[in-house]
Amino acid sequence: MEYWLPVAWFGVIGFGVLMYVLLDGFVLGLGILAPFAEDEAQLDHMMNTAAPIWDGNETWLVLGGAGLLAAFPKAYATILSALYLPVLLMLIALVFRGVAFEFRFKAHRAKPFWGAAFSLGSTFAAFAQGVILGAVVEGMPLQEGKYMGGAFGWFSPFSMLTGVAVVFGYALLGSTWLILKTEGRMQLVSRTLTRPLVLVVVAFMGLVSAWLPFLDSRLMARWFEDGNFWWLSPVPLAALVNAWLLWRASMREGRDMAPFILALTFFALGFAGLVLGLWPYLVPPSLTIWQAAAATSSQMFVGVGLVVLLPAILGYTYWSYSVFRGKVAADAGYH
Amino acid sequence: MDALLLSRIQFGFVISFHILFPAFTIGLASWLAFLEWRWLRTGNTVWRELYLWWLKIFALSFGMGVVSGIVMSFQFGTNWAVLSERAGNILGPLLSYEVLTAFFLEATFLGVMLFGWKRVPPKLHFMATCLVALGTLFSTFWIISANSWMQTPQGYTIDANGVFQPADWWAIVFNPSFPYRLAHMVLAAFLTTCFVIGGISAWYLRHNRHVEAARHMLRLAVVFAAIAVPAQIFAGDLHGLNVGKHQPIKLAAIEGHWRDEPGEASTPLVLFGVPNQQAERNDYEIKVPVLGSVILTHSLTGRIQPLTSVPASERPPVLPVFYAFRVMVGLGTVMLLLTLASLWQWRRGRLFDTPWLLRGWNAMLPSGFVCILAGWYVVEIGRQPYVVYGLLHTRDAVTPTLAVGSVLASLITFALVYAIVFGAGIWYLLQLVRKGPMPHEPAPDTHAGEKTPARPLSAANLPVEGQPSGESQ
Repeated sequence: MEYWLPVAWFGVIGFGVLMYVLLDGFVLGLGILAPFAEDEAQLDHMMNTAAPIWDGNETWLVLGGAGLLAAFPKAYATILSALYLPVLLMLIALVFRGVAFEFRFKAHRAKPFWGAAFSLGSTFAAFAQGVILGAVVEGMPLQEGKYMGGAFGWFSPFSMLTGVAVVFGYALLGSTWLILKTEGRMQLVSRTLTRPLVLVVVAFMGLVSAWLPFLDSRLMARWFEDGNFWWLSPVPLAALVNAWLLWRASMREGRDMAPFILALTFFALGFAGLVLGLWPYLVPPSLTIWQAAAATSSQMFVGVGLVVLLPAILGYTYWSYSVFRGKVAADAGYH
Repeated sequence: MDALLLSRIQFGFVISFHILFPAFTIGLASWLAFLEWRWLRTGNTVWRELYLWWLKIFALSFGMGVVSGIVMSFQFGTNWAVLSERAGNILGPLLSYEVLTAFFLEATFLGVMLFGWKRVPPKLHFMATCLVALGTLFSTFWIISANSWMQTPQGYTIDANGVFQPADWWAIVFNPSFPYRLAHMVLAAFLTTCFVIGGISAWYLRHNRHVEAARHMLRLAVVFAAIAVPAQIFAGDLHGLNVGKHQPIKLAAIEGHWRDEPGEASTPLVLFGVPNQQAERNDYEIKVPVLGSVILTHSLTGRIQPLTSVPASERPPVLPVFYAFRVMVGLGTVMLLLTLASLWQWRRGRLFDTPWLLRGWNAMLPSGFVCILAGWYVVEIGRQPYVVYGLLHTRDAVTPTLAVGSVLASLITFALVYAIVFGAGIWYLLQLVRKGPMPHEPAPDTHAGEKTPARPLSAANLPVEGQPSGESQ
């Protein structure tokens, strides 16, 4: 139990964060793509495709935060306090993005302002999340349990790279979501955006992957010692195949679901590649999942609830998506 | 200025803003469930119009609650890292249960509530409303449990590193102050919404607008207040006794009770005064003999522990606690008087045409919000200098590596952003209230998400045409 419970929780937190980056990823992607909307009506249309479900999607972030506090309080305290400024940027950006969904449809004169809030909020939230991810993967040296990197310890070429990479990654999720949910002009715009985005995201994934082994010897060892490479090589290979399929599917008329699904799996593979490199650390190179773990009793207490409630949550989330399935019309006026 | 003080100001600021929205939406969600039930039950379109209109107000308020709540869920890690490390074993699970039982439920079914009007059958839509209402109450349960545990901790052990280890989850969740605080908070949230509803109705009646809807709402507000205000006074009294038992110094600060005077057989009640922390007394004090004993201990000679029984460093700042409590109780008393006056005028058949009464309801519209803020200031300032009462000082809970510049930057940013965002949000809320419920309120959604122009009311009962064939599905 002492060994396996933290392992299970590492899986749970990983799953929660993955659900967040996939589900809110495509919604944030809509905001990132907002500058490509040809007019206010098209932006309305883009936002309306996500209006009924964005709130539930964002809740996975709150689960990630609360779950991390419950299962790995030391990691929660270390990561969030060390990344104070990127976390602040993410929160402020999410505030603007979130209220824009409500305010933009109420506003008249201020409509462009809330459109900009949606667009900039989404873009900066995505960037900040990429920076946070990059900084965690890169590692945080601790002395006597305290982070000594200072207020800007997270600032590095690598974290800037992952920041920008996530912006493009979310944009790809967003454009394929629009292929799924729209028709006509909007869909054409989205299709046109998807192919270049695939190329850019492949390039960023390649850059990040090439950089990873040089971050520190631990990651190098993970990938290239003890025959690990053969175990792990399916991940980058699958990602490449996935990218090629996505490239092909993106312009194919009539198969509107495939690009989105392929973008999700593509993103999940990239995420897996990063997180596999973390194991068994939560805060590399200082805190392993066992060192950061909460009391067994705490992990058990929430674990029991999770086993019961998570299937229910996934169930009604699926149901709500099915209620809102199908194309969203161009002149959709939910509000 | 140090990182500790700035962090405290920041936490106080972001949570004060946040609490206003959930406090309002807890009551609103149940109010919406009631309105939809009346609509389904009676078919009277006034309920449907009211539902759709209040739903817009709910959506705006809920949205602001969500975004300000996400900020809250990261505050503990960014600014209160030591609290997270030491008490994470206990607070983490309670907050996780809040997410699992409440947040997903609310967020998902809110989508159905707002946009599923024509996509799901009416009964299922009603169920979505009820689930959102239930979610708000689940949320209250867990967050109040977590807060109460910090006020009256039990069911834990402390290990060699000063980390709280859970020993008995039942004891942790149902800690001694939890039931009282939960009852007090739920009633407070409901009353906040009740007085907003009553206040808006009175405003409409005074201006002769939306008269039928306003009469329905004002009657309901009066009936609800007639039950909930006395219940709240009762719950508050019990909560006070509980505070006296478990956090006696907080009670002493509430009462401005510095010391037992020689020759006094009982504790007087300080009605008013200016607490003077340095001189350890109240200036300009007005007090009533014996009444303190009666209210605080329910006996003629009962005593409460005075402030000077502990060293000065263990006392909370008395002045804000003392005044915040009087604001809360004072407004509560006005609520009671207004409710009684309304019942009296109703009996005389003049509920809707008594100008001073309508003005009273109108003026009391924000009273619930003020009471909630004042009440929470009593709770949170009154527990100082501790964050986990008696066990972990606030000054020891702050992130040790925090740069002053970082906190200053975040505090200024939050202040500016909240001013813009919530300023705009409240302005849009006021616009909605000015507009009022529309007869022929357009339904918010059709099956294809098409814009619905104002339709004849019967349209609400038309069958939903076939689902669009999303070819990709």
